[in-house]
Amino acid sequence: MKMTSPLPPPGKEMGHYVSEAPFDVMSIEKISPEQEKIYLAPQWKLMWWKFRQHRIAVWCGVFLAILYATIFISEFLAPYNIQTRNVDHIYSPPQQVHLFHEGEFVGPFVYRQQYKLNMETLKREYTKDTSKVDKIRFFCTGDTYHWWGLVEMETHLFCPANGGELFLLGTDRLGRDMFSRIMGGARISLTIGLLGVMVSFVLGIVIGGMAGYYGGWVDMVVQRMIEVLQSLPSIPLWLALAAIMPVTWSPLVVYFGITVILGLLDWTGLARAVRSKLFSLREEDYVMAAQLMGAKPSRIISLHLVPGFMSHLIATATIAIPTMILGETALSFLGLGLRPPITSWGVLLIEAQNINVVALYPWLMLPVVPVVLVILAFNFLGDGLRDAADPYK
Amino acid sequence: MLRYIAWRITVMVPTLLMISALVFTIIELPPGDYFESYVAELQAQGENVDLKAIEALKVQYGFDKPPVERYFHWVWGMLHGDFGYSFEYELPVTDVVGDRLWLTMLVSFVTIIFTWLVAFPIGIYSATHQYSWGDYGLTFVGLLGLATPNFLLALVFLYLANLWFGTSIGHLMDAQYFNEPMSWAKAKSIMEHLIIPVIIIGTAGTAGMIRRIRANLLDELQKQYVITARAKGLHPFKALMKYPLRMSMNFFISDIGSILPAIISGAEITAIVLSLETTGPLLIRALQAQDMYLAGSFLMFLAGLSVIGVLISDFALALLDPRIRLQGAHTK
Repeated sequence: MKMTSPLPPPGKEMGHYVSEAPFDVMSIEKISPEQEKIYLAPQWKLMWWKFRQHRIAVWCGVFLAILYATIFISEFLAPYNIQTRNVDHIYSPPQQVHLFHEGEFVGPFVYRQQYKLNMETLKREYTKDTSKVDKIRFFCTGDTYHWWGLVEMETHLFCPANGGELFLLGTDRLGRDMFSRIMGGARISLTIGLLGVMVSFVLGIVIGGMAGYYGGWVDMVVQRMIEVLQSLPSIPLWLALAAIMPVTWSPLVVYFGITVILGLLDWTGLARAVRSKLFSLREEDYVMAAQLMGAKPSRIISLHLVPGFMSHLIATATIAIPTMILGETALSFLGLGLRPPITSWGVLLIEAQNINVVALYPWLMLPVVPVVLVILAFNFLGDGLRDAADPYK
Repeated sequence: MLRYIAWRITVMVPTLLMISALVFTIIELPPGDYFESYVAELQAQGENVDLKAIEALKVQYGFDKPPVERYFHWVWGMLHGDFGYSFEYELPVTDVVGDRLWLTMLVSFVTIIFTWLVAFPIGIYSATHQYSWGDYGLTFVGLLGLATPNFLLALVFLYLANLWFGTSIGHLMDAQYFNEPMSWAKAKSIMEHLIIPVIIIGTAGTAGMIRRIRANLLDELQKQYVITARAKGLHPFKALMKYPLRMSMNFFISDIGSILPAIISGAEITAIVLSLETTGPLLIRALQAQDMYLAGSFLMFLAGLSVIGVLISDFALALLDPRIRLQGAHTK
């Protein structure tokens, strides 16, 4: 049988022709405005839409944003200074806020506390005096404070009534208000995670970037290093590194020391992500083009490659923050981390170190509540970001 | 298989060497050494210090030599079972450590078993009931365990045990067994004391494990062969147990590598709060006192424990999955 080609022989005239008129694709394939919006949206917009679908992540993000906003004005939001001692109110339990007094609405207030030392048990006993109503004042003058250690101010969002006290979360062994201390501690605890992640971020990008871009023996060395670091239990190493810091260092230097220590052991995950991404991306044509134009490796990595997977890195980093916050809390609790007068949630928990405290003054354990909340929130936020990081999926 | 095992053990040697170098650097980093802080302490107490004797001690322990030489001496000693000398206790490190190493291993081992026992059923449930209330609830409880600092949990447990049973749950055995040789009564006492620490330490690792089992099993469940099995009318239980679960078993065993360091970390802190007879409380003392050989041996031991744990999990994986055996032999 003779094979017939489906193609026409060269030079044969066909029944149809090519129109000279300019062709507009849009005239044939109509796309709705909604579709156009999606097609033309930049990457960050797509990511935002994807992220928005993860409801819990959005709420956690809002919660964290508010929390981070409060650390700018924590002195204003707290009724007392973190070091103010109320010697007449040592180990006072949390006071309850009421709205109605004898059936009448008076606004938020607390009943005044009467303090008595029980001479038999030597226990401090606080009783409520329901005849004395201490109305909470708002936008009032209270303890003088230096806002961020700079501007002297004395306005607080709310303060106790004149002559009265207001301990929403009780007081500690020096009569310091726990609520104010937790607010102040947030400033340290929340920033330490961010700074630590920044350290590990830089290390991860630089080291992972070198391994991924150069490959070969650099990659071998880096990979072994990552393996070794990942197989090490982190807390004993943190302890060892924290023990190195001389006792003579000022609290502020210790603070930065701790962030560096937390970051030093944490970069491995990020470096791995950077490395594997670079391995796939460096084969792309645009990298070859940049290389031919004479761009140096540092330029190619930082300008062309890293922005391509930045969103992934941010998601990975978000998931690393909780470990750092927990790490700081644990180090401070064991006495190897931050030291008073610097106040972090971990430092506050030092007070709750023995079982008597748990039994007699359980409110001293309250700083753990923000720790748990923040860690949960970061976990959910990180999940949401990770899902959104690749919107084209 | 033998070739794979041999290859895997050879790879471990440079890893351990690197770890030892890292540990040695860390314990060498603080300015001064134990003798200097010791002399300073004695002088502060107004005592006369025989500097000659101190010098002699320094020479005896090799402190006059350069760090590199001391490092090799240290590593060489460890290979012979000589872990150095604890200055604070004035005893060889091996005598100070005593049972603690075994107890640390015991705690870590039991915790892993506990984590598995808890995470496995929950992970399967979450994967098969994806997006149900049970899935959300269990995931949340797991996360809560992850988010609560171990030490605080330990304190609360300590208090509750005191309140409800009137006993102290600190330590790993009843006081009368402290320096006793191992006996049935002692083993029983240890077992009883093990429960609480294991639960506390386990909480941190369980959440991650549940998450990973869930994700892994979900991937398997979406594959064609599961759909085929369901389509031909295989009972859902069997369609889950027979293949997808086996596939995710692989990962389940290899996951030990990622949870073991976390478990050892958690165990250290919990041990300090509950004053368990493991390495934790001694390690922190040694670090604070610059008792470098003791601290170094502990760090080395903890790192070695997790490296060997990963090694064992790799072997188990190779037994289970022929692909890994072959691949291992080929890379050689």
